[in-house]
Amino acid sequence: MYFNAIAKVIAERTDCDISTIKPESTFVELGIDSLDTVELLMSLEDEIGVEIELDKKVETVGDLDKFIQSKVQG
Amino acid sequence: MLNGKVAIITGGSRGIGAAITYKLASLGADVAVIYAGNKDAAEAVCDRCKAEFGVKAEAYLCDVSDFGAVKETVVRIKADFGAAHILVNNAGVTRDGLAAMMREEDFDKVVDTNLKGAFNMIRHVTPLLLRSKEGCIINISSVSGLMGNAGQSNYSASKAGLIGLTKSVAKEYAAKGIRCNAIAPGFIKTDMTEAHADNPLLSMIPLGKMGDVEDVAEAVAYLIGAKYVTGEVLRVDGGIAM
Repeated sequence: MYFNAIAKVIAERTDCDISTIKPESTFVELGIDSLDTVELLMSLEDEIGVEIELDKKVETVGDLDKFIQSKVQG
Repeated sequence: MLNGKVAIITGGSRGIGAAITYKLASLGADVAVIYAGNKDAAEAVCDRCKAEFGVKAEAYLCDVSDFGAVKETVVRIKADFGAAHILVNNAGVTRDGLAAMMREEDFDKVVDTNLKGAFNMIRHVTPLLLRSKEGCIINISSVSGLMGNAGQSNYSASKAGLIGLTKSVAKEYAAKGIRCNAIAPGFIKTDMTEAHADNPLLSMIPLGKMGDVEDVAEAVAYLIGAKYVTGEVLRVDGGIAM
């Protein structure tokens, strides 16, 4: 479960209130485009200490969480 | 001009790549030099950059055509330098021969190194450029990619492919402040072009001589500073492909 770490990084990046970020929030709603998610993942790597390579498009914060879990357990 | 910037140069141990490395180091950039096999040459380039220009310089052995190896190398560069701002995809090989007689492995080797190698680097360096909030990617193409060249169907195809790659990446990354351009050198004096010393095309160069590796390095420096230029193919060819 990396939702909290993801929400923290997004809140820092977009200056939004962390409580407004939900698993079902889409990156588009949060004002984050595909390339931003690549950069976001770099910040997340520092936060959670694992190297992850984003190799598909993810739509929501929950999707990204699931993607990272699948990679980490991988 | 480039103080505090980190430049990654592939094929940086000799020829055009070494000249580009020296140029960027002379402008103050720290340099990560990727080489395919010639460790002594790559380390000599780094030693000169450190001694002469006082910049950080490290050499990395990596086959750019290997996706996984490039990934690992970029992780090492990130650990050593902490950032990247400039990527110069210069690594290139030739396996000349007529298309009708070309071995499959010679076609694949050239395309894998020259074209896929550039993609692999862009793929793995992009997160670092995004994090830097600025970036400049320069792909060293060739006039062979613009004009074609008998005996170089593999090389020309790879270099033409680099131009398509350049323009697509330029469009994808523009909104993030990352520019991507190509340089198309003509006949430049290097070990690689030695075999072309008696090529009849040489007499057709409007400027009347082969170029020097420093001429290409100068164009790289120009593109790094040319903040409103992206998706461009800059010929450095004495006018031969105009």
